[in-house]
Formats: sequence, structure tokens, C-alpha cells
Amino acid sequence: MLIIGEKLSIIAKRVREAMTSKDKAPIQEIAVSQWKAGAGMIDANIGPAEDNGEEMMRWMVTTIQEAVPLPVCLDTTNYRAVEAGLSVHRNEWGRPLINSTSNDPDRFPMLELAARYNAQIIALTVGKGGLPADAEERAAIAAEIMARAMEYGVPLEDLYLDPLVLQIATSQDHALKVVKAIKMFQELNDPPMKTVVGLSNISNGCPRHVRPLLNNHYLALLMYEGLTAAIADPHEVSNTVKTIDVIMGNTLYAHSYLEM
Amino acid sequence: MAMTLPKESFAGRVYSLTIGQPPKKVIFGGENVLPFHSFEGSSPRKPVIAFEIQDVVPDDWPEEIQKPYSEVMGDPALWARFCCETLGAEALALRLAGTHPDRGDRSPADAAETVRSVLSAADVPWIILGSNHAEKDAAVLVAAAEAARGRNCLIGKAQESNYKTIAAAALAHDHKLVAMSELDINLSKQLNILITQMGFDKEKIVIDPMCSALGYGLEYTYSVMERIRLAALAQNDPTMQQPMLGDVGMYVWKVKETQAQEEDVPQWGGLKERAVAWEAVTALALLVAGAELLIMRHPDAVRAVRNAIEELTS
Repeated sequence: MLIIGEKLSIIAKRVREAMTSKDKAPIQEIAVSQWKAGAGMIDANIGPAEDNGEEMMRWMVTTIQEAVPLPVCLDTTNYRAVEAGLSVHRNEWGRPLINSTSNDPDRFPMLELAARYNAQIIALTVGKGGLPADAEERAAIAAEIMARAMEYGVPLEDLYLDPLVLQIATSQDHALKVVKAIKMFQELNDPPMKTVVGLSNISNGCPRHVRPLLNNHYLALLMYEGLTAAIADPHEVSNTVKTIDVIMGNTLYAHSYLEM
Repeated sequence: MAMTLPKESFAGRVYSLTIGQPPKKVIFGGENVLPFHSFEGSSPRKPVIAFEIQDVVPDDWPEEIQKPYSEVMGDPALWARFCCETLGAEALALRLAGTHPDRGDRSPADAAETVRSVLSAADVPWIILGSNHAEKDAAVLVAAAEAARGRNCLIGKAQESNYKTIAAAALAHDHKLVAMSELDINLSKQLNILITQMGFDKEKIVIDPMCSALGYGLEYTYSVMERIRLAALAQNDPTMQQPMLGDVGMYVWKVKETQAQEEDVPQWGGLKERAVAWEAVTALALLVAGAELLIMRHPDAVRAVRNAIEELTS
């Protein structure tokens, strides 16, 4: 399973300050640390970035890829910033991933960018009208986005469906609905659709000491249903990923499997 | 409508491994397909067969396998030359059987002397093996690795209990390493991880999953080899992508089918034909399971397996 390292987010004070002062060192240090811990892609979350979004994303992508041989997940609602990131992204370590489109028409231009730049793209299964009620509604929205993607010329294998993980503290009943959605999404196509979650949202708002527990156990359930990728902290979840991969028979067991 | 053959392609590839020095080096491995499935991808090398010789007169070998070597087996250097010049060996394996505490207990210094003498007698690629006594091998193979410095040999066998010493010696003197575990794919992977964690290049290891003879557990070796190869190709597991060794002769030439006289078991047919077939069939089964390197004894069995390889690869 692919871990998309979540630590380069504008929400974190240290990252935000480095971004503001264009200080490469902390950004690269965090990127390298996530890569070494098992991330296969680095998320660059610059927020809505209404001012200077283009320059910011260009700087982030370049700064990250100077330090790690990984593709970048371009995480912003700013269309122009995504395009700026795509234009400087180095593809030799993998194609970039746009984060994200959805069933909201305002987000359709992201699909157009994915097609134009041969990028992969995350599709949040939400529309303009609020949160989906259950797994079935998520799957119905997913089907609409898939049709839209084909219209824009985005191959379905480049689409990562995201059921939108909600906080356990406020929406406990959605935890299993999301697990079910992961299963249903895959049935929408053959070969199965790819899936992704923003994992740590499950424990958002929870006390610090229970967050890793919630994140890791929830990831195990999602992986059991076939999750393709998770935006998460590799330091926190990589042992779970390795262990579930062994239990699922995806990798061969050896006593030192955690060290690989 | 024309029939299209279904083809399976894999993400993983077996490491390509070279032993010996030009112009007589041999290369094996490198394929990204199951054994002999070259029509599905690339399989650039044929399996390599090494003739086995020993440092002392192999008086524990049954009569039928002593016969082809009766004139030369008192002198390892002569024996080595015979294998190359008369039998056309492309590689040789020296088994330091005489270093075993129960078989003469030759010292590491004596073993090193034998290594120097056979290596100067034949410039083909060499495999240098201990006596499978884990503790003694650690001392013997350190001396042997040093004596063989510069010849890019394959040294072994490193096992769970002695791998640190033997891997360090192979690393210090620039040899390749046989990593042997006992018929267990998970332990095989574990040993490769441990050896790699010492700083030994994972692409310089040959896996010996432990051999067995036809009728004496061959199906276990076969199954472990097959699963190792599938882990390498289908799961793209970098700790299982090493070429594999079938140490055939040692296991075949101690079973009763390679020794019982025709007078005693007339229903089994002639001894020589039966014994040679036993070695050839065991060897071929391991090639089909995934082995790229074989250590064999009888010239007729080697010829039969070479012919089979030609037929399967032409």
C-alpha cells in the first residue's frame, strides 16, 4: 500500500513558517524523514493559497524533489497553483497526484489539468450539497465522477476515489460506512478502482494519546478491504502497513520483516 | 480467429550474478520469467553446472561415482584439470570435505593450501564449499576466502549460526556468497536480510534452500524454490531475487538407488544407468523449480542435463 506522507502541511506551524520565509531546510528535512520512514509520495498541502499560490507550489515541488526521489501530491484548491506545481514536477520517480477534484463543478477544472499534464488525481466523493450519508451515496457520487473523468479524458486507472474519512469524535457512524465504501468503490470497475483516504482525519479532535491507536487500527480495517493509498504519517503507520501486508499475503514473512 | 497464447509478465527480476574472471567467467540469473518461460519475457542466461571435486579422496562416495574419477581423485589439482580438459566443465566446485571433524579434521591452513593448488590448476570459475559443519566452516572458509582472493569465487555455505564470519570473509576478499537455510522460505528470506544488514550486497548472494534427492524429499526443495521464485517475480521482493543453487550430487549419491547392485534388486535395472538417471532427474527437477546453478558429480548425468537445457532453451 502506498503511503503519501502528510507532514508537509501548512497547518503545521513549523512548515507554515518555512513556507513563508522560503526556508528550504525544514521542508527538505521533513520530506527526507518521511521518505526514509516509508512514504512513496509526499503531500504538499499549501492550503487555499489565494495569494501567490502558483509561486508557493512551484517552490514546494522543487524543494521537495531536490531532497527526495519521490513524486509529489499537489494539495490545494487553487487551480493555478496546481498547474504551476505540475509544470515543474519531475516525473522520473512517478507521476504527480492532484489533490483533489470532486463532484462539485467548481472542481472539474482539476480533471482538465490531470488530462493535460498526464497526472493522477484524487476524487473526493462529495458534491456541492454537503456530506454523503452512507457508503451507497459515496459510490453513486463516485460513479458520476468516473463518468466525468472519462469525459475529460482522464483514464480511470489514474483516478483515486476518496470516500472522505470523518472524525470519529463527531461522526462515529461514518467510520464503518467509509470502510464499506472502499469495498464498493473497487467494484465500480474492472480492474478495480484505486482508493485513497486522508487517514488521520478519523482521529482529528481526539486526545493526543489515542490518535495513533485510532489511525493504525482504522488503517488495518481499510487495508483489509483493499485500500490502495493513505495520506498519513509514515512514522506512525509504516509498521501497520508492513504487518497487514504480511497478514494479507502481499509480502513474504520473515522475522525481520519490519526492518525491510 | 488466431489463437493468442496467454502470457504472464512480472514486476520482479532475478539478479544477474557473475563468478570467475574473464575470459572464463560464468553469468547466471537475470531473468524476469519463470524457468524456461523465455517466451514471456527475458531469460538471458542458461543455468550453469559445476562439477564437484573434493580436497580428500572421497572414500564415502559409492563405487559408481568413484569410477569416472578413479585415476585423478587422489590429487585435487589433477582432478580439477581432468574435469576441465576431459569433461569440459564450465565451472568447478571444491568441497573441503576433509576439514570436517569426523573426516580428517584438516586445518584451515591445509584447506587454504588446497584452494591455492586447485585454483592455479584450473582457471574456470570456482565454488568453494566447507564441509557443512557450521562451526568448522566458519574457520575454514575464512582461510579459503583469503587464499582465493582475486578470483571472484562463490563461497559457502553461510548458515544462520555462522553467517557473520563467512559473509565478512566473502566481503573482505570480494567473493560471492551461498546463503543456506533448511527448507524454509521464511528462514531463507530472514537469512538474506541478516546478511544484507551486515553491509553485504544483496545482489552477490546465491540462495541454497537446501537440496534433496528424488524420492527423499525432493518435493520439499522443489516447492520452496518455486515459492522463492514467485516471491521474486510476482511480489517483486528484493530479498528473494537472488539466483538459486541446487547442490545435487551430494544428496543423490548417498541414497540406496545410486548404490544397490542389480543382483540384489533386479527389478530396479542396471546400477549405472539408474544412478546416473537419479542424479539427472533430480537436477532437472530443480532447474524447472527455479535453480540457476547446479553442483553435480557424474559426467553422464551432467551431459543429460545439458542436453535437456539445450532442448528447453533452443
